[in-house]
Formats: sequence, structure tokens, C-alpha cells
Amino acid sequence: MLTEKEVRHVAKLARLGLSDEEVERFKVHMNGVLEYVEVLQELDTTGVELTAQVTGLKNVMREDEIDNQKCTREELLATSEMPVDSSQIRVKRTI
Amino acid sequence: MSLNKLNIRDINSGLVEKKFSATEVLEDCLAVIKSKDKELNSFVLVTEEEARVQAKVVDDKIAGGEKIGALEGVPAGLKDIFNTKGIQTTCCSKFLKGFKPPYNATVVERLNSAGMVMVGKLNMDEFACGGSTEHSCFGVTKNPHDLERVAGGSSGGSAAALASDMCVYSMGTDTGGSVRQPASFCGVYGMKPTYGRVSRSGVTAMASSWDVVGPFTRTVEDMAYVMNVIAGKDKYDSTTLDVEVPDYLGFLGGDVKGLKVGLPKEYFGEGVDDETCEVVKKAASKLEAMGAEIINVSLSKTKYAVAVYYVTMPAELSANLERFDGIRYGVPTSQEYSDTVDYYYKTRGEGFGDEIKRRIMIGTYVLSAGYYDAYYKKGQQVRTLIIEDFDNAFKKVDVLLTPVSPFPAFKVGELADNPLAMYMADALTIPASAAGLPAMSCPFGTSKNGLPIGVQIIAPHWQEGRIMNVAKALESF
Repeated sequence: MLTEKEVRHVAKLARLGLSDEEVERFKVHMNGVLEYVEVLQELDTTGVELTAQVTGLKNVMREDEIDNQKCTREELLATSEMPVDSSQIRVKRTI
Repeated sequence: MSLNKLNIRDINSGLVEKKFSATEVLEDCLAVIKSKDKELNSFVLVTEEEARVQAKVVDDKIAGGEKIGALEGVPAGLKDIFNTKGIQTTCCSKFLKGFKPPYNATVVERLNSAGMVMVGKLNMDEFACGGSTEHSCFGVTKNPHDLERVAGGSSGGSAAALASDMCVYSMGTDTGGSVRQPASFCGVYGMKPTYGRVSRSGVTAMASSWDVVGPFTRTVEDMAYVMNVIAGKDKYDSTTLDVEVPDYLGFLGGDVKGLKVGLPKEYFGEGVDDETCEVVKKAASKLEAMGAEIINVSLSKTKYAVAVYYVTMPAELSANLERFDGIRYGVPTSQEYSDTVDYYYKTRGEGFGDEIKRRIMIGTYVLSAGYYDAYYKKGQQVRTLIIEDFDNAFKKVDVLLTPVSPFPAFKVGELADNPLAMYMADALTIPASAAGLPAMSCPFGTSKNGLPIGVQIIAPHWQEGRIMNVAKALESF
């Protein structure tokens, strides 16, 4: 069973600010889901391959070229609500 | 005359023969939206003016004696998850309020090139997470057959708007059943194509190894017309494959003589309404009467599919939704913050709704150090076993026929406090998604209280045409 402390740790990893009420509620929901998915342990999967994709694609390569056909750098930067400075998004200092 | 009720072919011939104009078809759709959508809440944005311009372009072309294609001048609605250049696209999250994408999704580009008249953006569960469109920042979409009930989800707006003739076709996305289940609840056709058949470029990702784009239509023939335009490889989506796209109109003969139809017993078990089972069995009898062979099969790993989904989907989702950080995308926090990490906490905590937070938390947990093997790896292995189940079944049968949802549309709020019960509602649509198989929901019956019930046809990879042929055989029930 996940404890409140563990739930808070996961929220930290996910950079998700949760209220005390949310921590309590999600703890219940997460434990419910994790308990439910225990059913997977019924199956012996020794030696079974992992499925990461379903249509048999292997590495898909392309030329490393900039493609401006869809939109420009300026248009992309404009989707940010933060200030844009010298073609970069300005944020508060991180370190 | 209600031009908005016409199918694509009749609209096309009416336009070509100048019986009516594209503008008139559009105005009939807009009139229904105005009179009915206050109570249904299927549209989150009606792009009336843009649509009128698009319709006029088509009318001018016809007046100028130019030829038009099948979808030209046909009004459509798009789930609010498709990027539409310069037009607000929110995924029904308050986090993306005001977001205007700088480019169109590939599917939107293709439909535009084919002459789509886009009437607006449709309601959905936030970031496509949910099975009832109750998790939308714009409020719930009601079911046109019973306003006390949900339209399904996550593409609930797409199904409800089409079922009410507010557009002639609509687009949605399906990760674990988000096209098929609302189609079944609202009584329209909903196709989940083969994984990699339709481009997802410009469509906000939820769970990348599951997500597909799919249309809603009112007839099988309309489905063929729309699939003809949207299917095929796209250089902007490296998961699309260079597999030949047939002309789907060539699959509408409805000849099922000798076709082997499998009924997997696990899809008719506990938790599935008797009425729903009866409707599917009636569909099987009809196919049998038309010369198909009905074969009982077993897909023994079916019961594990929901668990596989609720491990791997949140994992992929939590990674995909990292981009909503208030820097690249998203509305910044209104609170004071000390540094960038604090900014992330506050912005994401305020921006995301309940169900998104829940899934990000589960996904982050199952991917975290020490738990990866027990959950994510195990889930991906069991997914392989589910795929093998289908491979074996398709050695014996050509298609599978199953229910779509274990029950018809439920009441608004009925499952709201019970996330796990809501997840179980996808138990019969998730398996085909796990294997990337094409599957379509086809309206086939009604419950005793008048709610639509759909049947699901599942086929091997790339066999959307085969599904349409079977659907055509069932269409005139």
C-alpha cells in the first residue's frame, strides 16, 4: 500500500503540486488501481518479449534537416505565455 | 429539407446538380447547433464565419464549372484535440485556454484539401482521459437519446453532434475505446483504424503506443469516403506505415457468404448486460442467415487487458504530458513562485484536472525506480500475450464480432466517484487497442429504454475494408 509520504514523493517526481486533500484522495485511488493491476502477476511471463509497439516497425530514420514547412520558429515561440527574448523563452533562474 | 441529414454521396450529387448549395447545407447544420446544442453541449467552439468562407469557396467552384471531390462542401466537426491553425485548441483543459496552434494536424490538412467545411471543435474528456466527457473544462456532453445520460467518451462531443445531425461526419481519437464507445452510446459508426494507418501529427498525444485517429459517420459508405481521405503514410508521423491504402468504397458489397465470424466467449461474460449480448447475437444470426459461418472462439487473456492498459497508458501519458509545463505550453500559475521548479508544481497543479493528475501520478509511480519491472515491464509482456491471443483467433476466423461497451449509456454522475468502475467500461474495447487492430462500432440495436447499442467488428491489421464489408451487411437491420 502506498503511504502518504510515497504519494507526495511521486507528486514531486511528476512536478505536480497537490493539495493535502488531493494527496489523500489520490492515495486511495492509486492504491485501488495498483491493487487491481496485481491480476497481471497471475500470468507467468518468463521469457515473453515486451511489446513497445504493435506494427513491426523498427528504427525509422530520416535526414537530420530542419523542416519549416509547417511553421516558423517565431510562430512556435509564440505558443508560450512566457516572455520571449532573443528567440528563447525567459524563465526564472533554475540553479 | 434538412440537408444536414443527408449522407455524403447525396450531398455531393445535390451540389453537382445544383439542387442546393454548400452554404445551405452548412446553414442547416448551424441551425440545429443553435437550437439544440445548449442542452447537449457537444461543441466547445462553433467556427461559423470560417465555415461560411469555406462553404462559399466550394459554391464558387461549382458556379465556375469546376469539378468537386466527394467531401467538398461537407460540414464536419473535429474533436478539440486536433490542432487547427489559428483556431483555439484546448483538449478541453483549462490549462490550454487560449492556445492557438501554429499549424494544422495532418488529418486537418488532408480534410481541408478535400474541401471540408469545419463547423467547429467538439467536446471531450480533458486530454482524452475518460469515458464519459464528464472530465471536460467545458462541462459534460449529454446523450441526444436521453439527456440524463452521458454521450460516452472521450470523444463524446464528436458522437453527440453527429447523432444530432449538427455535422455530417466528425473526427475523434481512440486510445482504449474513445471513438467506439461514444459511437455505441450515441448510435453512430465509429472507426478505430489500425495503429499507424492514420497520421497523428498535430494531435495531442495521450498514450503513444495506443493512440489512433478515427472518424464518426452515420453510414458505412460515409466511413469509406472519410477513410479514403485520411488514411496513409505521413512524413510527419514516423509511426505511420507505407502500407497501400485501398479504395474503401470497393468494400461495400456486403457479401459475407463463407466469411468466418468469431464470437469470443470472454466478451459475453460477467458484467456484460444481457441486452447487449442479445444484440450482438442477433447480429451474428443475421450474418449467418446471409451465409457467414459463426465460430465460437476464446481469447483467454481478455480479462488482463484493462490491467495492461492502466499500467502502460498512464506511463506513456505521464511522459507525454511533461510538455505541459507552463513554459512551452499552458497557462502560467497565478500564484507567486520562488524558482522554476516551484513554477512547475504550481502551474501543473492548477492547470490539470483531477483525472489527468490521477493518471500522471500512476504513470510516474509505475515508471519510478524499483517498480518498473513489476508494473511497466510486466504490462508490456502481458500485452504480447494478448496479441498472441488475437493472432491465434485470426488463424480460425476472418473477423471477430463482440459488444462495444458492457452496457448502454450510463447516467451523468453515475460512475464519477468510482474511477475503477469507469475504467472497466472500456474492458471490451481495450484489447483490440492493445494489439493495434482495426475495430469499428456499428449501431445495431436499442435497449428496452431506447438507448442505442453498438456491435464491434474487429479484423486483422490493415483490414478496415473487411470491417466495412461486414458492417455494410449489418447496416440494414
